Amino acid sequence: MQSTAAVPMSASVITTGGSGARSGAARRPGRIRVCWLRGEALACPSLRISQEPARRAVARAAAASNGAVAGSGGFDYDLVIIGAGVGGHGAALHAVEEGLKTAIIEGDVVGGTCVNRGCVPSKALLAVSGRMRELHDEHHMKSLGLQVSSPGYDRQAVADHANNLASKIRSNLTNSMNALGVDILTGVGTIVGKQKVRYGKVGFPDKEITARNIIIATGSVPFVPKGIEIDGKTVFTSDHALKLESVPDWIAIVGSGYIGLEFSDVYTALGSEVTFVEALDQLMPGFDPEIAKLAQRVLINPRKIDYHTGVFASKITPAKDGKPVLIELIDAKTKEHKETLEVDAALIATGRAPFTKGLGLENINVVTQRGFVPVDERMQVMDADGNVVPDLYCIGDANGKLMLAHAASAQGISVVEQISGRDHVLNHLSIPAACFTHPEISMVGLTEPQAREKADKEGFEINVVKTSFKANTKALAENGADGLAKLIYRRDTGEILGVHILGLHAADLIHEASNAIALGTCVQDIKFAVHAHPTLSEVLDELFKSAKLQPRGVQDSKPNQPPQPLLKVLSFITSLFSSQK
Amino acid sequence: MAGLLYLHSTLLTSASALRRRAGAPASSSRRRCRVEAKIREIFMPALSSTMTEGKIISWTAAEGDRLAKGDPVVVVESDKADMDVETFHDGFLAAVLVPAGESAPVGSAIALLAESEEEIPLAQSQFASFSPSSSPPPPQETAAQEASPPPPAPAAVSAPAPPSPATQGGVRVVASPYAKKLAKDLGVDLFSVTGSGPGGRIVAKDAEAAAAAPKKAAPVAAARPDVPLGSTVLFTTMQGAVSKNMVESLAVPTFRVGYTITTDALDALYKKIKSKGVTMTALLAKATAMALVQHPVVNSSCRDGKSFTYNSSISIAVAVAVDGGLITPVLQDADKVDIYSLSRKWKELVDKARAKQLQPHEYNSGTFTLSNLGMFGVDRFDAILPPGTGAIMALGALQPTVVGTKDGRIGIKNQMQVNVTADHRVIYGADLAAFLQTLSKIIEDPKDLTF
Repeated sequence: MQSTAAVPMSASVITTGGSGARSGAARRPGRIRVCWLRGEALACPSLRISQEPARRAVARAAAASNGAVAGSGGFDYDLVIIGAGVGGHGAALHAVEEGLKTAIIEGDVVGGTCVNRGCVPSKALLAVSGRMRELHDEHHMKSLGLQVSSPGYDRQAVADHANNLASKIRSNLTNSMNALGVDILTGVGTIVGKQKVRYGKVGFPDKEITARNIIIATGSVPFVPKGIEIDGKTVFTSDHALKLESVPDWIAIVGSGYIGLEFSDVYTALGSEVTFVEALDQLMPGFDPEIAKLAQRVLINPRKIDYHTGVFASKITPAKDGKPVLIELIDAKTKEHKETLEVDAALIATGRAPFTKGLGLENINVVTQRGFVPVDERMQVMDADGNVVPDLYCIGDANGKLMLAHAASAQGISVVEQISGRDHVLNHLSIPAACFTHPEISMVGLTEPQAREKADKEGFEINVVKTSFKANTKALAENGADGLAKLIYRRDTGEILGVHILGLHAADLIHEASNAIALGTCVQDIKFAVHAHPTLSEVLDELFKSAKLQPRGVQDSKPNQPPQPLLKVLSFITSLFSSQK
Repeated sequence: MAGLLYLHSTLLTSASALRRRAGAPASSSRRRCRVEAKIREIFMPALSSTMTEGKIISWTAAEGDRLAKGDPVVVVESDKADMDVETFHDGFLAAVLVPAGESAPVGSAIALLAESEEEIPLAQSQFASFSPSSSPPPPQETAAQEASPPPPAPAAVSAPAPPSPATQGGVRVVASPYAKKLAKDLGVDLFSVTGSGPGGRIVAKDAEAAAAAPKKAAPVAAARPDVPLGSTVLFTTMQGAVSKNMVESLAVPTFRVGYTITTDALDALYKKIKSKGVTMTALLAKATAMALVQHPVVNSSCRDGKSFTYNSSISIAVAVAVDGGLITPVLQDADKVDIYSLSRKWKELVDKARAKQLQPHEYNSGTFTLSNLGMFGVDRFDAILPPGTGAIMALGALQPTVVGTKDGRIGIKNQMQVNVTADHRVIYGADLAAFLQTLSKIIEDPKDLTF
C-alpha cells in the first residue's frame, strides 16, 4: 500500500493494455511518405472516432455559449460535472464547445489538486530547485565558464512563488469557465437519483438540479497509511509540503514514486538531506526498470539521499517535546521490526486515494472498489451488478484508471464526445506521464517488461533501441548530457509500444512519441519527419531513425540487439579519448 | 569485444598506455593475465572513463563451467551502464572471487580462470590467498614512496555500505544520509564518531572531522605496519602494477643531477600566505612548473626511442602514499593556475586520492613528477623515473644548514636538496643543470609564485 503514486498508474496501464492500443496503428501498412503524414493521421482509426449514429440522442439545440437557456428537454442542464479540477474543467470547456448547457459543482477551490496542491505549485518549487542545483554545481558552472559566488535562497519568497502561481492558474481556470458561461455552483454535490444532483454545504445539500448527463470528477486526496500521524508541521503530505513552511535538515520521504522523487529534488536542492522509505524492493517501482536504474544513478546516488527498500513505515510520530520525528520501519514481507529512524520531518508520498465519499453512490446502487468508482472503457459508471449506469460517468483520479491531471481532462473530453453522439474510446496507452526532476523523466505506453509480456502473449517480436543525450549537440551545449531515450516497438509492424526518456526537458520531448501512438504513426513513417537542428528533439529523431523493422517476408527468429554493441564501441572510443589527456 | 579491449588498457599502467598511444595499439593485448600455473585472473574492466569501481550484477557462468573465448562471463554495472564482460581465453571458470551484488575496483581480480579442468582445485586453493572483496586488502607497508608510475586504480575495495544506520551491540547510530555517504567515502567508522547534530545525530561535518583527525597522525602511525610475519603475501593489483613498472623503468637510460637550493625566501612567503590555504607542495609544484616553462625539454619525453615528444602543457604529478601503495595526483597546467587555486586543487586531489575516487586522468596525465620525502627528515634520495615521462625530481627536507657566504662569513640558511632523475635520450646534463639553476632562482626569489 505504501509503495508509490505510480502503482495505480502502472496497474491501469497493464489492464487497459489490451483495449485501446491495439486498435489501429498496427494494422496500417507502412508505405508512407512524409507528405502523407497529415492525411493519414486524420483518418487514423486508433482514435475510434466512428461515424456511426449517435448512441444516445442529445439535444444539440444550443447556439448560445452555454447551451439553450431552456432547451435541455426538461432538464436543468445537459451536463453537470461534480468537481472543478483539471478533469472537470477540460470536460466543461469541451461541452460548451459542443453546445451543451453545462454546470460545474465545486465545494472547495476551482482547479482541484493539480492547480492548488499538486502539479502546478510543485512546478514552481522545481523551477527554483533546478536553478539552485545548477548554481551550486561548481563543476557545471566552471565548465560553462561562469563564476557564481555562494547562491542562497529566501524560503518565504520561494513559497510565495509557488502560491502565486497556483492563484494565477486558478483564476485563469475560473475566468475561462466564466467567459464561456459555465455555471459554477458552490457546494458539495451528491447524486440523489437518476440524473438528479443535490448540492450545498457539507451535510446540507439544499439545492437540487437535474441533468441529462452527470460526470463525477471529484479527484483524490493524499493517501496516508494507518499508523501515520499527520501534524502538518513535521509529518505531512504533499498538500502541506507545497506550502514550503520549512526546509528541514533531514526529511524522510515515504514512497519513491513521482511525488516523492520530485520532492527529493526540491528538498536536496534547498539543502535538506533525504531518506527514502520504499515498500517495494526497488526505488521508483512504476518506471521502466532501465530508466529507474539510470534515474537512481543520476537523481539519487550523487545526492545527499539514502534509502530503505522493502520496508513499511508502520508508525510515524510527529516531533514533540524536543523529540525528533520517529519512524518505525518493519520488513515489508515478514512484518518484523527493522529499525527506527529519527528525522526532522517526514513527507508521506504513498500515493493518492480517491475522494468519493458523500457522492451518494449508494442511491444508484454503485459500490466503490477501494474508494474508486468502477467504470468501463468509456468512463461509464458500473453498478454493483456490473451494469452500466445510464447517463453517469466518472473521470480522473476518482476512477483510478490513470491518476494524472491530463488523463482526467482527456477522459472528460472523451465523455463529452460520447454525450454529443460520437462514440469515443480514449487510448490510455497514448497518455504521457512525466516526473519533473532535474533532469526530467517521461514515458508513454508500455515499459519494456510489459511490452515483452504482451509480445509473448500475442506472439509478436519487439525491438528496443536507445539513444543517448551524450550524442546530442543541444544537450552538450547545455552541459546536460546525462540522459537516455528508449523506444520499444513491434518488429513486424513498426507500431510504437512505449517510449521512455530521462534527460533534459524529457517532459516536453515525450509528446512526439505520445502523439505518434495516439495517431497510430509507426516508426517507419515518423522517421522521415524533420527535426530542427540543433534541438533536443533530435534525440527522438535519432531514436526513430535507429529503429529497424523485420525485413518483409523474412522470418528471422533472432532479434537484432544493436544497443549493447553500440554502447561497447562508444565506451571504447570514449576510453581512448580520455586516456589521451 | 570492445569492452574487453578497454579492459586491457585499464590494467596497463600509464607508461604502457603512453606507449600504446605512440602507435603500437595491439602490442599489449595479451598482457592482461598474470600466468601462474595457467590460472588466469579475470579483472574488473573499466567500462567508462570515469568508472573507478564496478558492481557485479550477475555471473552468467558458474564455477566449473567451460568457457570459450568470447563467452560472456559476468554482467557488470558501472557508473554509466550495465555490460556483459566476455572472457578472451578458453578455460574453466575456477573460482568466483567477487560474488554477485558486490563491488570491486577497476583492475582488481574478480574471478579465476583455469586452463584445464584439473587445475580447478589448484585455482580454488589459490583463491584462499586472495582477499575477498568485502574486506580491505592486506595491509601493506606504506612508507615506500619511490616515485613510480601511478597504479591503474585505487586499491581498496568498498563493500556496498548498508543504506541505513546499523546497530552494533545494541547501540544505534543515528547519522544523516550525507554523513553516511561521506563516512563510506572517507572510510570513517560511524560507531567511533560523536554526533554534534540535533539529538546527538552524526552530521556531515562530524564525519569530515573524524576523517581529518587521523590524517594528521598518519606519517607516525604508519611506523608499525601490521603484516603477517613469516608468510608470503601476493601483490595487490596496484602493487603488481608498480612492480611491473619498476622493471620496465630499467629499459630507460637515466642519470641524475643534484642541487642545493636556499629556501629562506620561500619559507618566508609560505608563512605569509599559509593562512590563505597555500601548501608547501603547491608552492614547490608551482615553482617547478614555472621553471619548466623556460626549459620545455625537461618537460618532454621519449616514447619511441627516436624522437622528442614535447608536451603541450605542464602537468605536475606529485607522489602520495596511500593505503597499500602510492598514487600520483596531477596538478594540471601548474604554470598557469594561480597558487591559491592550485592549493585548493591539491587539497581536493589528496582528499579524492584518500577516498579512492581519483579518475584516471587525474593520476596518469603528469608530464613531470615530484616526490617529496622531506617530511620524514630525509635530506636526499634518488627517485626512479616513471616510464613515459622525461624527468622526476626528488625533494629532501628543508633544513637549517651552516653555509659560507660570498663575503667570507659563516651563516645559517634553510636549504633543501633536490635530485632530478631524467631520461638521457632526450634530456642532457646541461639541460637539467640549466633547469635547476632556474628553479633555484625562482625559489630564492619567489615573488613571482604569487603573481
